[in-house]
Amino acid sequence: MDVALYRSRKAKDKFAKTACFITVTIGLGALVLILWTLLSNGFASLGLYLFTENTPPPGSIGGLANAIVGSLIMTILGTVIATPIAILAGTYLAEFGRHSVVSSVTRFICDVLLSAPSIVIGLFVYQLVVVPMGHFSALAGSLALAIIVIPVVLRTTENMLSLVPPGLREAAFGLGAPHWKVVTSVSLRAARQGMITGVLLAIARISGETAPLLFTALNNQFWSTDLNAPMANLPVVIFQFAVSPYDDWRSLAWAGALLITISVLGLNILARVLVGDAAKQR
Amino acid sequence: MTTETMENSLNVPLPASVRSRGQILDMLVRNVTRGAAWLVLLLLAGIGLSLVLGGWQALKTFGPAFLWTDAWNPVKENFGALVPIFGTLVTSAIAMVIGIPLSFGVAIFITELCPAWLKRPLSIAIELLAAVPSIIYGMWGLFVFAPFFRANVEPLLIGTLGQIPGIGGLFAGPPLGIGILTAGIILAIMVLPFITAVIRDVFETVPPMLKESGYGLGMTTWEVVRSIVIPHTRVGIVGGVMLGLGRALGETMAVTFVIGNAHRISASLLAPGTTISSALANEFTEAVSDLYVSSLILLGLILFVITFIVLSLAKLMLARVERRAGR
Repeated sequence: MDVALYRSRKAKDKFAKTACFITVTIGLGALVLILWTLLSNGFASLGLYLFTENTPPPGSIGGLANAIVGSLIMTILGTVIATPIAILAGTYLAEFGRHSVVSSVTRFICDVLLSAPSIVIGLFVYQLVVVPMGHFSALAGSLALAIIVIPVVLRTTENMLSLVPPGLREAAFGLGAPHWKVVTSVSLRAARQGMITGVLLAIARISGETAPLLFTALNNQFWSTDLNAPMANLPVVIFQFAVSPYDDWRSLAWAGALLITISVLGLNILARVLVGDAAKQR
Repeated sequence: MTTETMENSLNVPLPASVRSRGQILDMLVRNVTRGAAWLVLLLLAGIGLSLVLGGWQALKTFGPAFLWTDAWNPVKENFGALVPIFGTLVTSAIAMVIGIPLSFGVAIFITELCPAWLKRPLSIAIELLAAVPSIIYGMWGLFVFAPFFRANVEPLLIGTLGQIPGIGGLFAGPPLGIGILTAGIILAIMVLPFITAVIRDVFETVPPMLKESGYGLGMTTWEVVRSIVIPHTRVGIVGGVMLGLGRALGETMAVTFVIGNAHRISASLLAPGTTISSALANEFTEAVSDLYVSSLILLGLILFVITFIVLSLAKLMLARVERRAGR
């Protein structure tokens, strides 16, 4: 046996393994550090006043109530607009037109848009809604968020429907059920849990989105639930407050960042638990 | 199997009313869902179209020279895309140079090295980190990383690498903390979970048999990774990297906080710059003239085209891996 070769192979292996450990330490270390900064700064400025007071002018006391409510309204509205369209389209892709040209093109474009820059979607809605209406509005913000939701929910719906065992469908067809009945009562019902997961993940995705709201919903210093007017929202408030020179604004920004991260991670974990449950049932 | 053949194959005569009701509903459901699919397709195609329309005025005024003009003067209304494009490409390149080795290391650790009990928690942690909104990375970059970088790392870089003739220019100038290099590093941290998750997934598609044969021949872990796992998943790895690149190119918030928003090209990586997305985020709502807005939208179109190409390639490559794994 060639001892020198053996040694050099072992040394290389050792070196590569050590390099892996180092990258894991650096990579995860940075990410842990970010979460730690967020938690320590966020908790320091956490309090009930965040939910009762509106965003303040510089130098005075205030909270994030209007931004929290604005974010909730736009997130919910965006989800409500997008989910039915996405589920219907996903159903078509999986059940009716699995191999049609429309389906493959839609599938491809959705996949690309899952990672496409969200600021571009903001520009699109700006042109589509803000310019004709003449002013920024919460409605435009919700539409921008809806466009981000569509590809997420569409692809999960399609994936979940294609996981439904063909035997279930065939059994229903065999009983003489028409196609629509099979789709609504068998396929969609069997895929329900997975689809809920998709919607949850989409909500998590849009609740932290800042870029598409910058030129659609803009921001509003005051309490407003008018869909036809600019509306305060957490991400844009965080952006504005974080780059400001005022300390109270910055601490509010950290608190807002913490709220967003907790809800995003919470939704992700919930979605994961649901998927786990579904897997157990099978 | 279509509905018609189903119904014809049934020899039980159904009452006419039931059958026609079924057929009508069938047609309805089919057409409504198809309509939704078309709606989604048109909506998404509309994004590109609306950007072209919005950027038309700028395109007409400046022509294709917009792409290589480095002017950005809102007062004289003279705009060019060179500086933001340069910033976008350079920050993404830095992010890839730092991010790819890190993601590789983490993915190899998860699939080959870590004990079984750690595998799942680590995977979940990576996936959760991919979900953290980018604005959080931006804030951390601005408040924690930039001051640290300015005080500890940048003077060191200027003192050592900055003195070497040739590459010294890359690390010249005062230590500001914010700038192209900082933005690239923050981007690298941000794309790390994305790339790692994809690479881990494609690593998992390697048939265990192949790896076990390698180990059975007495190969070390590194040799198995280098000679079996990586060659087997080459296309998927490139796909994952391109996916991360697509993210990095279009990322807005993480960059906007730390890039410094300066419309100029400097040789030094430590100098502030701008990217397409950060220029949009910073200037769009303040742009007063039509030509200014139109130029910004044209920038958006350029970004859209670049990311669309990168992401399409990524998608095609990953689809190839999936097909092979499915066989």
